[in-house]
Amino acid sequence: MHDFNFIRPRSVAEALNAVADADDGQFMAGGQTIIPVLKQRLAMPSDLVELSQIDELTGIVVDGGSVTIGAMTPHAQVAGSADVAGAIPALADLAGMIGDPHVRNRGTLGGSIANNDPAADYPAAVLGLGATVQTDRRTIAGDDFFTDLFETALAEGELITRVSFPVPDAAAYMKFPNPASRYAIVGVFVSRTGSDVRVAVTGAGPCAFRVAGMEAALAGNFTPDAIAGIAVSGDDFNNDIHASAEYRAHLVGVMASRAVAKAG
Amino acid sequence: MPSVSMTVNGKQVSGEVEGRTLLVEFLREHLRLTGTHVGCDTSQCGACVVHIDGTSAKSCAVLALQAEGTSVDTIEGLADGDTLHPMQEAFREHHGLQCGFCTPGMVMTAVAMAKDNPNLTDAQVRHGLEGNLCRCTGYQNIVEAIVAGAKAMNG
Repeated sequence: MHDFNFIRPRSVAEALNAVADADDGQFMAGGQTIIPVLKQRLAMPSDLVELSQIDELTGIVVDGGSVTIGAMTPHAQVAGSADVAGAIPALADLAGMIGDPHVRNRGTLGGSIANNDPAADYPAAVLGLGATVQTDRRTIAGDDFFTDLFETALAEGELITRVSFPVPDAAAYMKFPNPASRYAIVGVFVSRTGSDVRVAVTGAGPCAFRVAGMEAALAGNFTPDAIAGIAVSGDDFNNDIHASAEYRAHLVGVMASRAVAKAG
Repeated sequence: MPSVSMTVNGKQVSGEVEGRTLLVEFLREHLRLTGTHVGCDTSQCGACVVHIDGTSAKSCAVLALQAEGTSVDTIEGLADGDTLHPMQEAFREHHGLQCGFCTPGMVMTAVAMAKDNPNLTDAQVRHGLEGNLCRCTGYQNIVEAIVAGAKAMNG
């Protein structure tokens, strides 16, 4: 790991200035991805701006229609929140499936979606619930946020402050984890709000995506049977030592079916 | 070089570190607390687990400067003189280790898991150990030790 200046701002404004003033500044959330990345020298920032001391980036607020989570809220806090479990149990379940207990104690929602690892869990919830991402300067629709492999709609120096998840009528997340890393080989988040259905997939492609064919079929009949005949193409799917593209395509159907059954 | 100060095993410590110094390096090389191990150095194996303000963390995935002002507990802080901590005693009693390399991380993970939960089930323990790898024992005795240790800790 190359050395860097370590900066701990106390406010969002200070954090933005610190990155703007640096030669090559980089935000750091819980560090569970960026530290391994720094070790591999895949990133060599001049300044690491760590966000853990910024109170305005933490906390969970549940009101009637939505669950809003501060970007620096660790996964363990979301997984263990009775408020989240009461409003969107699938979201608490998802947070509890990320990595392992130690990673969940430090890894954060904002860090996860800003990094946009193709196998991360939270992107499936952002897309699967139609969340909105609030940054220091604007609101970004979840549907527009994940643009490609490790790429998001965030501009240079833009900081996620919180994410707001609408409360659905029913939702569930099912994932087929890699047994060593616990990353999703394939994970599927489904939600139903009235007749509006979302099916979001992570792990299979370059970044999370929705499956329009399944959503249409489930809108009229929210049961596993409704999607039993719907195959997804694995042509652009990830193909690596963990799973072939064809196997991932098969898993999308299996995980979607299980998620629909669980959501009920 | 920046300076860092924290409480480690109840004692106030401080030192000069680089930005890139990992917490595990600070513990092992600055404080000579070599009970915390570095196994994979890629945040997978859990041999480096310590507690930061009471919650478990992989100290190879935390910068020393991030621990500024916190209270860190390592395996060296568990025993009371010559009297083993109940979880350490349970590992000894149930033969929850073979080569011992993963053991500090296993025990620190177990203590975090068992805190306020005397009735851990096998399934809960196995789920809780997903971030800790052992290449010797096949886990069976580790799980037995943690179930027993949780009862002893809270008994």
